[in-house]
Amino acid sequence: MASHHFDNVDRSGSVSGPPSAGDYAFDRGFRGIAWLSAAFILALVVYIVIEIGGKALPAFSEYGLGFLTSTTWNVQTGQFGILPEIWGTLYSSLLALILGGVFGVVIAIFLTQDFLHGHLAAIFRAIIELLAAIPSVVYGLWGLYVLIPLLRPVANWLHEHLGGVPLFGTSLGGPGLGPAALVLAIMILPTVASISVDALHQVPYKVKEAAYGMGTTRWEAILKVMLPTAGSGILAALVLGFGRALGETMALAMLIGNSNQISLSLFSPANTLAALLASSFPEAGPVEVRALMYAALVLLAITLIVNAIGLAVMKFATRKFEAER
Amino acid sequence: MSEPNLTATAALIALDAAEAPRTLPNFSLNRAPFEIRALKSGFLTALTWIAALLASVPLFSVIYMLVIEGGSRLDWEALTALPPSAFEQGGGFGNAIVGTLVMVGLATVISVPIGIFAAIYLAILDPDSRLAHSVRFLSKALTGFPSILAGVFVYAVLVVIMKTYSALAGGVALAVLMLPTVVLAAEQAMMMVPKKMKDAAFGMGCTRAQVIWKVVLPTGAPGILTGVMLAIAGAAGNSAPLLFTALFSGYYLTSLTEPTASLAILIFNFSGMPYDNQIELAWAASLVLVLVVLVFNILARIIGRQKH
Repeated sequence: MASHHFDNVDRSGSVSGPPSAGDYAFDRGFRGIAWLSAAFILALVVYIVIEIGGKALPAFSEYGLGFLTSTTWNVQTGQFGILPEIWGTLYSSLLALILGGVFGVVIAIFLTQDFLHGHLAAIFRAIIELLAAIPSVVYGLWGLYVLIPLLRPVANWLHEHLGGVPLFGTSLGGPGLGPAALVLAIMILPTVASISVDALHQVPYKVKEAAYGMGTTRWEAILKVMLPTAGSGILAALVLGFGRALGETMALAMLIGNSNQISLSLFSPANTLAALLASSFPEAGPVEVRALMYAALVLLAITLIVNAIGLAVMKFATRKFEAER
Repeated sequence: MSEPNLTATAALIALDAAEAPRTLPNFSLNRAPFEIRALKSGFLTALTWIAALLASVPLFSVIYMLVIEGGSRLDWEALTALPPSAFEQGGGFGNAIVGTLVMVGLATVISVPIGIFAAIYLAILDPDSRLAHSVRFLSKALTGFPSILAGVFVYAVLVVIMKTYSALAGGVALAVLMLPTVVLAAEQAMMMVPKKMKDAAFGMGCTRAQVIWKVVLPTGAPGILTGVMLAIAGAAGNSAPLLFTALFSGYYLTSLTEPTASLAILIFNFSGMPYDNQIELAWAASLVLVLVVLVFNILARIIGRQKH
């Protein structure tokens, strides 16, 4: 019956009428393109992993796992090892995480726990977001010509007076791990802060009211109620910030000194996987490119694992509050 | 709560306490600003203020240096001339500005349509399918993907095959980095479109494509555009993937299949040179780059605000 009614509809007017055959074709095509685009992203990621993995395979079969534990990088003799880079990547990121993480969480608290009036908080939030907008190379330039000259006297004083402590075991000549980690901390601070802000916003308002109602001071409420409740979200912020630090390239390539050594000292030059790729890749011959592809695969594996952990923690944190509501 | 009310409550509690056999602890509702707990809280508040102010120091320092060092060198010559060689004086970075704009434009043209269509699939067509879940997860994972690896990937796929560094390869590498930002922002924007509006359109007999094309996309447009602007700002400032996809060039771009200069790589190359002229130009180029990035960031904010 229904189709009979539609048959009588005048299709010459464009105002009303059921979808024409053309409309259906458009619909099908449109949905097809949308599906293709989504599938494209899936395929792209798979392709990236396969491509980098495939290009790394020759080097993997040649150097094996010894590549990860050897410390020489010599193009002439064909000896390649990335232990110093793995060490430098993890060490610099960890230092950045400690510093950027503490500041990031404190700033998230500052922004969410009524320290500022709404208007001022928005301005301050914009300042922190602008920190994230400044390109990595500009931080590198700033680090080279502002931060390092500023740090050098401090670093050398520390080395002279506290040289026995491994952290201050060398003097700061120019680029080094300390300035690199400091710039890295500035760069991950906005990431940590913004994800922590979201985590703190997710805590139901009544939880905070209940704490204040019990007569807590502001900081008792923050430390004993807000932070534990938002804990998993803040953990996710820290893990994702760490992931960002691991892959950061340009500022590090400019500031870390690209030196193949393992040292605990904050002031000695070092290297990271990403910086190694940035500084060696453009001029590498075919043999070195294969080794660099292996290094890229290691970096990919480390960052994928760290990011997957971060996203899993974040999902857990969000689900916890959804269940409570 | 007003004060008389408070005293009334206190009096009631006191009355209760008098009647009850056991006595309640002797408390008052007066503030005790010098109690240890209050002092601790005040101390931590002060520390927080100091930390917050410290965290904004780098931003102001960077901006100050850009304006002082970069501003002093920023003139018409710097904006249009070609990069100087080692001992040459003067010069500029006109070709790098053009190169950056071309490659970011290319990346936008590639990533925005794919990103928005994928977001349509994720947000509306089939949000709970296995494909949608995995694409959503991978997009989030890609936002934390080291940008240099996008360069490695495009090097392996395009540069090796075309046998040359090119603007095209640089644009594709930037597109890989923009894609997840566009997808996630567009999905978010389309999910915000009220269900009522979609239902009304479906009720009028629209096909899904018509609902999306005529209702969801126009309504979600500000949010989508905000995401696109942020992705462009990110791509403009990103240099790591260009290192070995576009490389660098001392000349203006004539075709998409030749090595191409970009602002970020110019800053990277010039920053390490022992010549004052190059370092001054690096600061001026940084100022231009930051201004480009800021313009897109501010556009994103303005468009995003119109939504409310």
